[in-house]
Amino acid sequence: MYNNYIGFLTLLRREIVRIMRIWPQTLLPPIITMSLYFMIFGSFIGSKIGEVQGVSYMSFIMPGLIMMSVLTNSYLNVVSSLFGSKFQKNIEEMIISPLPTLTILFGFLAGGMFRGLTIGFLVTIVSLFFTNIQIYNIFIVILVVVLTSLLFAIGGILNALYAKTFDDISIIPTFVITPLTYLGGVFYSIDSLPVFWQKVSLFNPILYIINTFRYGFIGITDINIFKAIIIIVLSTIALFSLAYYLIAKGVGLKE
Amino acid sequence: MVAVEIRNLKKTYSNGVVALKGIDLDIYKGDFYALLGPNGAGKSTTIGILSSLITPTDGSIKVFGLDYKTHSQEIKQKLGIVPQEFNFNIFETPLQIICNQAGFYGIDMKTAKKRALKLLKDLEIYDKKDFSSRSMSGGQKRRLMIARALVNNPEILILDEPTAGVDISLRRQMWQFLETWNKNGLTIILTTHYLEEAEYLCNRIAIIDKGDVITNTKKEDLLNTLKLETLICTTKDSITKLPDLGDLKVVQKDHNIIEVTINSDVSVEELLSRLKTQNIEVYRLSNKSNRLEELFVNLVENN
Repeated sequence: MYNNYIGFLTLLRREIVRIMRIWPQTLLPPIITMSLYFMIFGSFIGSKIGEVQGVSYMSFIMPGLIMMSVLTNSYLNVVSSLFGSKFQKNIEEMIISPLPTLTILFGFLAGGMFRGLTIGFLVTIVSLFFTNIQIYNIFIVILVVVLTSLLFAIGGILNALYAKTFDDISIIPTFVITPLTYLGGVFYSIDSLPVFWQKVSLFNPILYIINTFRYGFIGITDINIFKAIIIIVLSTIALFSLAYYLIAKGVGLKE
Repeated sequence: MVAVEIRNLKKTYSNGVVALKGIDLDIYKGDFYALLGPNGAGKSTTIGILSSLITPTDGSIKVFGLDYKTHSQEIKQKLGIVPQEFNFNIFETPLQIICNQAGFYGIDMKTAKKRALKLLKDLEIYDKKDFSSRSMSGGQKRRLMIARALVNNPEILILDEPTAGVDISLRRQMWQFLETWNKNGLTIILTTHYLEEAEYLCNRIAIIDKGDVITNTKKEDLLNTLKLETLICTTKDSITKLPDLGDLKVVQKDHNIIEVTINSDVSVEELLSRLKTQNIEVYRLSNKSNRLEELFVNLVENN
């Protein structure tokens, strides 16, 4: 009888070993980058801005910066690991084995979530050097960070399945995720934007994620939290189903 | 008992190339089965479909009576695959590669490690177990792929050109290793361009050309169909005059070497006796090329 649990643990262990083996590429850069954000935007510039939505600027940007590192790293881990496996052809080790599609999917997603959440945790530790953390609703914080990590890990799967070259795996993070994250209210409240740009911002899915996550910390938001959580959950379910379908069909994996 | 039953297997790639035109093959339990053919004949496509790396356009495959379409997970547990290209993670060590593969087959780490170490020892790459696999030589990498394919104790081992680029002494060592596994009941399907390898190892042979099976039979039956054979005769003394052997073609290659092409009606004994009547004593006798190679060339050229 085939043991799914061992298959999943093997994939997860392999991902963790990979992340740890190349820690100067996977763990160190986001921590350095986020430390610089905290120092420059939080300490140097933030001290001149004063309060935003009733909290210090440092406390305001802290949830957005943590979330930015979580979603970026969840995505990058899966896209580079899966595409790397395709490129080296060791994805064939999984395809020829009795690993069920769902186990392959969960294995890669768990690896992405491990890296995203580990970095989120480390960035949170770094933020303690700059500000005190207050938590308004721990349930929302955990729910949103886990769901977001999962959602972006799934995004990484989809990108890797369709990628044919290394350029293809950097296009989405560079031209889609990074701009949407910066325009998703990490550094400002959309209340401060003109009405037109406020309405445009509402089409940015990352705005909902960052606002909901920030709400978990400081209890203040620009948007409806319930609606935001529904959007995140539905997006996760839709993209997960798509990723499952594509892997089961062998899109980007088989000839 | 039929181990693998392939019926009307077709594959047309998205670029329009027809790789398989509807082949039928039966591979029996315990066979050492050679799948031969020129480059682009469809061998690797057949292996790719068996390994589930390529999706067939049409047709069916049954493994020990189980249909691939409905029992792929059970079938995959019975297979071990050694692909043509190196397809392991070059940053992992051989031990990690084999243990991970075992994990994908649902084998716990303790058992996986025990089996992996034994296979690494048997294949004489144990001393490399903790080194990065990219530092291994070509022959060591080939053996690593065989070890990886055997870690799940498969019932059928599929080898796609397993000794490509391997020196002759290592190749013979690998043959012995595979022969032992075959004698212990493992069914082996082999594709190779080294026809002496197929002749030495296999008991059944299929030749594929242009997407069709042009022959599929026991090795002995196939070799018996060989009509012409060229023998190299090394004589004791120098030959001053080319011997007249009637309908047999004779070519002098050196002062004491002649090549004689005989047909299936003429025995070697008769050839030697004909030469003796002309005062030529043969000191050494060998085939110019191996018999399977001659047959292969004839069959493919006539197709």
